Amino acid sequence: MSRFILRRLFSLVPTLFLVLTVVFVMLRLAPGSPFDQERSVPPEQLAAMEERYHLHDPILKQYGNWLLMIGRDHTLGPSMKYPGRSVEEIIGLTLPESMKLGFWGLIVALAMGIPLGIVGAVRQNTWKDSVAMAAAMLGISVPRFVLAPLLVLVLSLKLYWLPVARWESWRHMVLPVFCTALPMAAYIARLTRAGMLEVIRSDFIRTARAKGLSERVVIVRHALRGALLPVVSFLGPGFAGMLVGSLVIERIFDIPGMGRYLVEGVQNRDYNLVAGVVLVYAVLLSVANAAVDVAYRFLDPRVELDT
Amino acid sequence: MSEEVEATETPPSSPAKASPPEADATKGASLWTDAWRRLRKNRVAVVSGVFIIFLTLFCIIWPEVSPFRYDDANIALGATSPSWTHPFGTDDLGRDLLARLAFGGRISLAVGIVATFISFAIGVTWGGVAGYFGGRIDAALMRIVDVLYTIPLLVLVILVKAFFANDKTIFYRWFVWSIGLFTDHAKDPKYLPLFQIVFVFAALGGVSWLTMARIVRGQVLSLKSQQFIEAARSIGVGDAGIIFRHLLPNALGPIIVYTTLTIPSVMLTEAFLSFLGLGTEEPLSSWGLLVANGTESLDLYPWLTFFPGLMLALTLLCFNFLGDGLRDALDPRVRKD
Repeated sequence: MSRFILRRLFSLVPTLFLVLTVVFVMLRLAPGSPFDQERSVPPEQLAAMEERYHLHDPILKQYGNWLLMIGRDHTLGPSMKYPGRSVEEIIGLTLPESMKLGFWGLIVALAMGIPLGIVGAVRQNTWKDSVAMAAAMLGISVPRFVLAPLLVLVLSLKLYWLPVARWESWRHMVLPVFCTALPMAAYIARLTRAGMLEVIRSDFIRTARAKGLSERVVIVRHALRGALLPVVSFLGPGFAGMLVGSLVIERIFDIPGMGRYLVEGVQNRDYNLVAGVVLVYAVLLSVANAAVDVAYRFLDPRVELDT
Repeated sequence: MSEEVEATETPPSSPAKASPPEADATKGASLWTDAWRRLRKNRVAVVSGVFIIFLTLFCIIWPEVSPFRYDDANIALGATSPSWTHPFGTDDLGRDLLARLAFGGRISLAVGIVATFISFAIGVTWGGVAGYFGGRIDAALMRIVDVLYTIPLLVLVILVKAFFANDKTIFYRWFVWSIGLFTDHAKDPKYLPLFQIVFVFAALGGVSWLTMARIVRGQVLSLKSQQFIEAARSIGVGDAGIIFRHLLPNALGPIIVYTTLTIPSVMLTEAFLSFLGLGTEEPLSSWGLLVANGTESLDLYPWLTFFPGLMLALTLLCFNFLGDGLRDALDPRVRKD
């Protein structure tokens, strides 16, 4: 088991290396430079600025230097659009806010989705099932950027219950966290229900019932573990989806998270900033996926880890 | 849902394929007729399907017959609330929202269908081959999928779109060449937005096949060790025959469910990109772009957010219901109830 975890962690290294390479190639292949959108800059000054960031070096040399900068000097370099600020500094300030949103979003999604899915499966084909699944369907189908403005319109602009935007107290967190969590909660509810339906028909559940366990114990102790497997394998991609979804939420609610810098960095061609943010996303995603693999093994011993 | 198929359950041996041909003809209940009958009984799915058909027809026809073009600005008119002339109102440039919705629907639906088709083709082939041949091929193919999973692909789509969907890249030259086959003025800048959309189609399709590959592989893995496959092999059915006639039909439930769920998710992604200002661009319209524009004046002109949002949500809802109905109709394992 621990060998597996170690190997899984070790396998992240080539992946991250690949991500770095892809991002580098893409950024440098793209036409234009970080500075050519500032129309007022005279050509000599433009050349000087590009020189300062070594944009005239041969491409392989740039690539080597860039890897050295990350690997040896452990820095992601200076931001090209926010002079005097390093990329780590920007990420260090904004990532915790994004993580806060993502963490609470995940908790809320699990807390809403799993019970809803269990109810749907255990009371299959009753009105409770229909209501639970209709709610889940709505949750999947209404995009975050439709839901969020409508909730703001009703709860903040008309009823004045919650603040419109910003990121200060828990009251500011309610709407963003809920909007981030809802689609994921809906997916989790559907997966839980489907997994549960499959599991409660199997022999070991019949055995558990036959030996007289209460329905509650059968569902919670025996069935849930198997039923959550699809949910667990969804958490990796789901987490990625939530990271991306937080781009929209951060924008709508004016949250000082990392997403804004990705969109801005892409639009401004701030090479170092974009590369840094993408790298952070990739690390988060790899770690989440590795954790999912380990958890999967933990929950289902039948899965062999011989990859 | 893939790995934990209960081995104890009766193997869902392909009913149509396993029975001899003459029995097929008399019974007349192949997997597909059976499924079709079950689907018709599902009222929600039927209504959703009908809605999607009508919506598609509407989006195709309305921009041609509408009295207002989607990009006809009328600054003097400005934003007006819904009325008889403009059933859904107009935006701040005086453009008819209904016409913009119908035109945007073309783009949104086309993205959903084209990108899903690309992801379906790649995903099924990839996962089927990996699961069936196993061993080193499996390890290599799934390793690639694992690595791709680790790259935040939507972020990649954003990068690709922002950096390569302009008129300076080789892709644009290819595009100009290919539409040059149909028109004399291929370099006309009015085709640039079209190019950017095609680019988004391809990019979205190219990144959304990973889960499909995993699902198909999981299905194939769990099915291929079952007895009916062994039986087929023992009577001399070849690799292709086993994959296409025995494995894939039995894995079809999850594949179809995931495909129909890919359509709305791709449409959602396109809307998301447009919302961030990285997808479809003005003067074209797509539902995501309309919502984005609407939210800027949410408290003044709420209908500009409401109608596109409703349209988008309703369409996604119908695709999701249809996907569910198809699953109930096609998945042999839920047949018993």
